[in-house]
Amino acid sequence: MRTEGRGADGAFCQCLGCKKILLKSELDEALGVCPNCSHHHRLGAAKRIELTFDPGSFEEADTGLASSDPLGFPEYADKLSKARAKTGAGDSVVSGLAALGGRRVATAVADFDFMGGSMGSVAGEKIARTLERGVEHACPVVLFCTSGGARMQEGLLSLMQMAKTVAAVQRCRDHGIPTLGVFTDPTMAGVLASYASVVDVILAEPKALVGFAGARVSKQAGVSKVPDNFQTAEFCLEHGMVDRIVPRKEMRPTLTRLVKSLGGHLNG
Amino acid sequence: MAKTWKEWEKPLIELDEAIAKIEALIATSPEDKQDELGVRLAEVKARRDRYIDVRYSRLGPWEKTLVARAERRPYTLDYVTALITEFTELDGDRRYGADHAIVGGPGFFNNRPVMVVGHQKGRNIQERQFRNFGMAKPEGYRKAIRLFDMACRFGMPIITFVDTPAADPGVESESRGISEAIAASTMKMFELEVPVVSVIIGEGGSGGAIGIAVGNRVLMQDHAIYSVIPPEGCAAILWRDPEKGPQAAAALRLTAESALELGLVDAIVPEPKGGAHRDPLQAIHAVRDAVKEHLDALTGLDGRTLREQRYAKFRAMGRFDGA
Repeated sequence: MRTEGRGADGAFCQCLGCKKILLKSELDEALGVCPNCSHHHRLGAAKRIELTFDPGSFEEADTGLASSDPLGFPEYADKLSKARAKTGAGDSVVSGLAALGGRRVATAVADFDFMGGSMGSVAGEKIARTLERGVEHACPVVLFCTSGGARMQEGLLSLMQMAKTVAAVQRCRDHGIPTLGVFTDPTMAGVLASYASVVDVILAEPKALVGFAGARVSKQAGVSKVPDNFQTAEFCLEHGMVDRIVPRKEMRPTLTRLVKSLGGHLNG
Repeated sequence: MAKTWKEWEKPLIELDEAIAKIEALIATSPEDKQDELGVRLAEVKARRDRYIDVRYSRLGPWEKTLVARAERRPYTLDYVTALITEFTELDGDRRYGADHAIVGGPGFFNNRPVMVVGHQKGRNIQERQFRNFGMAKPEGYRKAIRLFDMACRFGMPIITFVDTPAADPGVESESRGISEAIAASTMKMFELEVPVVSVIIGEGGSGGAIGIAVGNRVLMQDHAIYSVIPPEGCAAILWRDPEKGPQAAAALRLTAESALELGLVDAIVPEPKGGAHRDPLQAIHAVRDAVKEHLDALTGLDGRTLREQRYAKFRAMGRFDGA
């Protein structure tokens, strides 16, 4: 759970929503959702996989991929090694095959703790491979999104991941493979403006930040006076950009139902 | 460090003005002064040419950013006027409203029917406001989708001109799904069974650019820029200081040379000495020749091949370790 540790033994933590002091075990049991205010705390990729898919069903793929520093961008190499140490993952997306209610799915899960879940060459490649894996195994694809956007440190290569991942979603459409996306806090910019917005079904966690332009970018562009719920999952639902807001404890059964109905025409 | 194209080019503008003055003087001076003035004119002209030679022979990423934004640079409709005959602009998105930052319609290029779609900026305050500074709202991308779709059904090759600082980031655009509109337009381009040539003619600004830049061939003018984020925005996020645009421009490697090196564009279109804005017609003709060459190369390929080629091209983009 991504909350601040509190207390000498780290048994307590503070809710990032209502600031109430909670027992860590209590928050853990509630899937990272505050029992007091329902704030959905961010989850790392491993935890998300554990909470979502059939126990023990996840088989990770694409583990050999690692970001290089193709532009020699200032501080990038350093940021990469810090992110690897922090998350234990190779990059911001973990991908593979898993099962939901006994049905196979291809999945990719983003991790905000790895450089803000930003999408560079590796994340783009993993998303594209996940979608292609859906075609190859004739199974639905479930994508958990969380990202500040494209990874600036890979420049134009990152921008092209937008096109690449969209192309892979298109391929799923051609092959009758259902694609499901879940917007978790935050799902922004280059990820939102690419594969995340063209999947068949879009679910979102409550209050997740979802938007095109980050606060610093829109401030520079002179955007002011925004509605209270601007760039939230609720705002997107109201404007038809999201299909359902799904509280975390209902995510697994909701996805299971959708995979079963939309993937009914597929084997497995 | 200059922040605008005008600031950067001030010495050149002054030389141009001096030349214009001498020329005016020659026109009104008596016979006996003509030789002397002629010599002075030649001198100043030589100085200007030397200046252009030196300053433009190796423009850095930030200078290219400034030149790419020059308001005298030819815009999409300048290319359309010069190169597309019998052009009819079509405005509607059939969803919400008219967008003026993306323009498009059918016409003839080289006597062949084509569909043109491009970003459009404005040159003065009124025009800029009308064009929303070249920042398209969802309607612009939805209009593009319509035009792409039509072109595909009627077997017309598509030419797109990319020139936007970014897609519109405002509340209205968010409300109507700017992200979805960009992604859907990008996706539509992968479905097209006609040849698509995209030309980055000024600013290839992030998602707003890629939404209409999925060509079988992607060309980029020598002084255009193509970037995942504007350098000022990158500086604001990374270093919390938009003034560090020049450093960000260098780090982002947003030049045509870098894009070609990384295999993200297919060819660089040369610009006249001093940049497209110094000789727009020459710049337009260079684009014409390049588009013709690449469209010709795609002619005769069947729809399926064109689609597959486009998929394979973008699918291969990325640099990483491992397999």
